[in-house]
Amino acid sequence: MMFARLPRRLPRLPLHSSRPISNTAPKRSDALFIHRDSPHNNPQIAFKFDAENLKRAHEVISHYPPQYKKAAVIPLLDLGQRQNKGWTSISVMNYVAELLEMPPMRVYEVATFYTMFNREPIGTNFVQVCTTTPCMLRGSTDILNATCSHLGGIKPGETTKDGKFTVIEVECQGACSNAPMIAINDDFYEDLTPETTKKILDAFAKGEKPKPGPQSGRQTSENSAGLTSLTSKPYGPGEFCQPEFQ
Amino acid sequence: MLKASSSSSRAAAVLRNRTVKRGFATVADPPVRRYGGLKDQDRIFTNAYCRHDFGLKGAKSRGDWHKTKEILLKGDSWIIDQIKASGLRGRGGAGFPSGLKWSFMNKPNWQADKRPRYLVVNADEGEPGTCKDREILRGDPHKLVEGCLVAGRGMNANAAYIYIRGEFVQEANHLSQAIAEAYKDGLLGPNACGSGYAFDVYVHRGAGAYICGEETALIESIEGKQGKPRLKPPFPADVGLFGCPTTVANVETVAVAPTICRRGAPWFAGFGRERNQGTKLFCISGHVNNPCVVEEEMSIPLRELVEKHCGGVIGGWDNLLGIIPGGCSVPVLPIKKCEEVLMDYDSLKDAQSGLGTGAVIVMNKSTDIIAAIARFSSFYKHESCGQCTPCREGTTWMMNMMNRMVEGRGHRREIDMLLELTKQVEGRTICALGDAAAWPIQGLMRHFRPEVEARIDAFRLKHGNVAFGGRLSSEVDDTLAVPDNLGVRLPVEAPGTV
Repeated sequence: MMFARLPRRLPRLPLHSSRPISNTAPKRSDALFIHRDSPHNNPQIAFKFDAENLKRAHEVISHYPPQYKKAAVIPLLDLGQRQNKGWTSISVMNYVAELLEMPPMRVYEVATFYTMFNREPIGTNFVQVCTTTPCMLRGSTDILNATCSHLGGIKPGETTKDGKFTVIEVECQGACSNAPMIAINDDFYEDLTPETTKKILDAFAKGEKPKPGPQSGRQTSENSAGLTSLTSKPYGPGEFCQPEFQ
Repeated sequence: MLKASSSSSRAAAVLRNRTVKRGFATVADPPVRRYGGLKDQDRIFTNAYCRHDFGLKGAKSRGDWHKTKEILLKGDSWIIDQIKASGLRGRGGAGFPSGLKWSFMNKPNWQADKRPRYLVVNADEGEPGTCKDREILRGDPHKLVEGCLVAGRGMNANAAYIYIRGEFVQEANHLSQAIAEAYKDGLLGPNACGSGYAFDVYVHRGAGAYICGEETALIESIEGKQGKPRLKPPFPADVGLFGCPTTVANVETVAVAPTICRRGAPWFAGFGRERNQGTKLFCISGHVNNPCVVEEEMSIPLRELVEKHCGGVIGGWDNLLGIIPGGCSVPVLPIKKCEEVLMDYDSLKDAQSGLGTGAVIVMNKSTDIIAAIARFSSFYKHESCGQCTPCREGTTWMMNMMNRMVEGRGHRREIDMLLELTKQVEGRTICALGDAAAWPIQGLMRHFRPEVEARIDAFRLKHGNVAFGGRLSSEVDDTLAVPDNLGVRLPVEAPGTV
């Protein structure tokens, strides 16, 4: 059982070549949980909400009881990430902490826990390929391979050299009846084939934005071979209701 | 002899009498009832496919916000009694009776408690296979907003927070638009619908964490912390969001409430079997010809659901390998069981699975079932919040073992070790994520163990003996002191002798 944490493909070295005390491979999550100051990400880089976002931030804060201002930390980090070209730098976190009067560490905790906060810069188009089982059954492995090879052979988690695309593998995005799907920035592209995937990526590379949703011609998650439900006109107010609510 | 004949003649007389008149012990055969075949007029989510206007005008034309004031004026106990009588059970997976849950908010003398009270709607739909709430959020957002008001009135809440997963941007926009329209029209606010009841609805967007679908983790997340589940008790109805009484309910549960109140509890209770009443959105994905989301009657046979609404399994019903009937947390069913189960809480529980969220994942014979379940194990490893040791370590361990099972790199005995491991995780964590990670593996081994064994045997045939943990015995240096309990020299057992 002690070997259970070995990587999936074991090194083919004979055992006597080296005898480390522990054979456990270093396991990393999607991203490191630590922050190291770097030229592009350090607390000296100033960050402030622009006027519009500041207005929005105050509106968000007003949704929560005044003594629980920190409830707004997730929405505010999201605003900050959007303003900061899609990633949450340490300055964004510090600024949000200051705005919400909470210890910066509490903000770092949140920013590292939730997967939608990118703590490193990303490309202009953030391509998230769903590979969880329902998508996998419908061929998401092909979609992932098509995406990666079409963008110049990058691996999931990497950014293209021109900085236009970052590709990552993500867990279920909640569009399983429209599998396989990818999410590019905020939009879902569903019912994909490798060909349509390439077409969408080409459009994004040209700076266009193709129409989100199913790419197979159907609407939302309806039956693609013709509706089996909701074929008649929807019933109106008071129809079929109890007499007092008619 | 004489005695015997007299007793037999008496028995004959009794028998004759019985044919004439039925005694107390006889039961009339219940009429056979077939479920399924819901008509459009009985569907609640009439804009599930976004074919009509989702805004206020369109929603009103489809009967939303119709006489909501009258519903509110009926009072809290009337609303809760209606929900109780309708037999509605929570649509988020656990299937707890909703009327009962909501009534926990109105304890005797609740007015003496001056704290604010909250309804929290769980729109953090992240269970693989589940995509039903999404259709409500973007097609029928007003049903949800009105549901918040009605359910909130039932539990005397002051405000509702709708926690929507961060990835659903379009859905959150539709919902925010619906809320803004409702405020503008006076349907929400200090005098909601002119009833004198004050009620607010807020949208809170998450940021990508499956665990926030658990009710206490969701509360933590709204409070601006890491989404780590809380220990219960205290239950949210006593100490919930911001330390105040709170009830967390699924989108679908809340959204059906106004329609139940308007059309009457007996109408809703008329669908489905006893204790499993109502209509339900089912989302079918995987190897079917036309995957879709559809609202159907509860207790519809699984086979009918797949064949009627999704054009059947790819390659025909006989090409079916197994179906996961309720999202990734419930065990898989083999084809034999798929033929007989009904889609409701009790029937699927009897089949050692569960209805969960009604997310049907169909797998045909082209599927590598071991890889499919191993992918779920990676999902749970990724989504475990790391708070409880059995889950944090167990999910990683299960994932590693499952990944080896996909290849066949292992020992037959490790199947039982893996099962024992799942039993050690199950029920030993704060929330149900540990259970959810364990059940798919248990379901796989229950129904598809021969496949796993065959793969292990094939790998051994090719590569020789494998030690526990996946190391080939050919890689082990015999000159070293290798512990015996690693199974390096363990012989291969004949099938079924483990």
